[in-house]
Amino acid sequence: MRKQLVIYLMAGRDTPDLAAAAVAGGADMIEIGFPFSDPLADGPVIRAAAESALAAGMRTAACLECLAKTRARVGDTPLIPMTYASLLEAYGWERFVTDARAAGATGLIIADLPAGERTDVKRIQLVAPTSTDERIALAAVETDGWLYLVTLTGTTGARVELSTALDAFAARARRLTDKPLYAGFGISTPAQAAAAASVTDGIVVGSRAILVAGQGAEALNDYVAALRKALDSL
Amino acid sequence: MTTYGEWGGRYVPETLIPALDELTDAWNEAKQDPSFLAEIEALGRDYTGRPSPLTRAERYAPDKRLYLKREDLNHTGAHKINNALGQLVLARRLGKKRIIAETGAGQHGVATATACARFGLECVVFMGSEDMRRQAPNVERMGLLGAVVVPVEFGTKTLKEATSEAIRDWITNVETTHYVIGSCVGPAPYPELVRELQAVIGREAREQILAVEGRLPDAVLACVGGGSNAIGMFAGFIDDADVDLVGVEAAGAASLGSGRAAILHGARSSTLADSDGQIADAHSISAGLDYPGVGPEHAYLRDIGRARYITATDDEALAAFHGLARTEGIIPALESSHALARVHDLDAELIVLCLSGRGDKDLDHVLSQP
Ligand SMILES: Cc1ncc(COP(=O)(O)O)c(C=O)c1O
Repeated sequence: MRKQLVIYLMAGRDTPDLAAAAVAGGADMIEIGFPFSDPLADGPVIRAAAESALAAGMRTAACLECLAKTRARVGDTPLIPMTYASLLEAYGWERFVTDARAAGATGLIIADLPAGERTDVKRIQLVAPTSTDERIALAAVETDGWLYLVTLTGTTGARVELSTALDAFAARARRLTDKPLYAGFGISTPAQAAAAASVTDGIVVGSRAILVAGQGAEALNDYVAALRKALDSL
Repeated sequence: MTTYGEWGGRYVPETLIPALDELTDAWNEAKQDPSFLAEIEALGRDYTGRPSPLTRAERYAPDKRLYLKREDLNHTGAHKINNALGQLVLARRLGKKRIIAETGAGQHGVATATACARFGLECVVFMGSEDMRRQAPNVERMGLLGAVVVPVEFGTKTLKEATSEAIRDWITNVETTHYVIGSCVGPAPYPELVRELQAVIGREAREQILAVEGRLPDAVLACVGGGSNAIGMFAGFIDDADVDLVGVEAAGAASLGSGRAAILHGARSSTLADSDGQIADAHSISAGLDYPGVGPEHAYLRDIGRARYITATDDEALAAFHGLARTEGIIPALESSHALARVHDLDAELIVLCLSGRGDKDLDHVLSQP
């Protein structure tokens, strides 16, 4: 089966164009960051991108509009808002889910809402190398579609080497669930993408995608195409 | 998961959940273990200098019977040492060798650095660069004690960002590291853990006031940043329904007075935030109160009407700072000065006020005010 390639972009004026370019380059899904002022799971690149997005006025209503405009550009490519609980708390949990769906979202990730909490809000769960078997099993039952494997013990951001924890972690998760496993955090090069995808069903690229997106849609298209090629060579 | 009514919880990335579970288990065991409690008590007595005295402040408040609970006389000069020592004893039980902390005024950073020096553990303290400027003597102190102070240069450059960076470090180094949070904030079990370690303030104060006055106070008063000195003080009187529990927030950082429900640093609490849930900047002359969040238990005590929360402005706190120095020969921390500022407006006659810290750290900052 085709290894899934998920590209993370911060919500902003250029996001619809950038998402279209990423999909043209071979992305299978797009995560759209709804920025939060205090994003605990994020390293310097996404944190700074969130800060700029907020300064540019990307509040929840603007993010939902951005989502709808992106939907109009990418056909039926899955679109997944990724955000933090405080935004849902303010907007209304149910209302957020409803309005995001209406704007074209196909899933949801809440970075600071671990499995077992607010089980009424269907979302893609994250698990980490520190997660116990019990928690991985719980997250797998609760997750919406696929399970997000955080490859390393840490925040988002490109790393020089792919996490050495991933192989054993992915094997452990496989024993505990049949749900598809996508690896993210710390993946930025085509070689890392291929290595991570060789033990999972897909990968997520965030910080580097945001940096490349800063150079424009064409640069992003080329970058995503290189990742796609690496995944297809497996 | 521990909540206080609708407040509290554990809004953190999954990576931290096992560590929070481990901490909860260790704490539940420790708090029932006589050897743990004896160790905390011995440290309090022999190292911190507990019990801290209760001092009548007759010249500062001639028309009241005001007593100051002298946490300023603790080793390192504030109540923060009670929590830092307790958490280090717990960290040792967990086998953690590296300690991290955030700090605003620097008092919690100094307390944690002190406790780490005492136990020979590595210590890293995150501090906003704006606070490093405002509280320079405490930055020097932490260095002398062997701690590494990491400046946090983005966002507000104050306690909010320092706390976020400490949590990010913890996410990264959680297997080797214990995070000594400095107030009764953060994900469960921290609010409860910090309250219990600070409850010594209220326990002692209750005994002391009964000994000198033969009755309970009409009101107890404490400043509220994250809320740890206040919750520790309140803990001693919470079952005494007739004692008015009063918290004083900085007017520009009144998370309880003008906040709304939001999620910050792992907990749902009353928070300075906008209608989109984005956390707002706090503003206070006092670095230790300059924080948009507050412990979830305070939000609960407010809602059920057991405690009430009022404010003092920068100018009022400054006036109280000078006032206590001139009338009593006690230089209070700017944080505690907020509580002092409200003494005269209370109807209460017999008052116990938590003097949470001393003002040496604030001298440069106060003297540079126009
Ligand atoms: C002397 C003093 N009092 C009060 C505070 C506020 O913290 P809390 O509300 O947790 O007691 C601080 C914080 O740095 C402090 O240094």
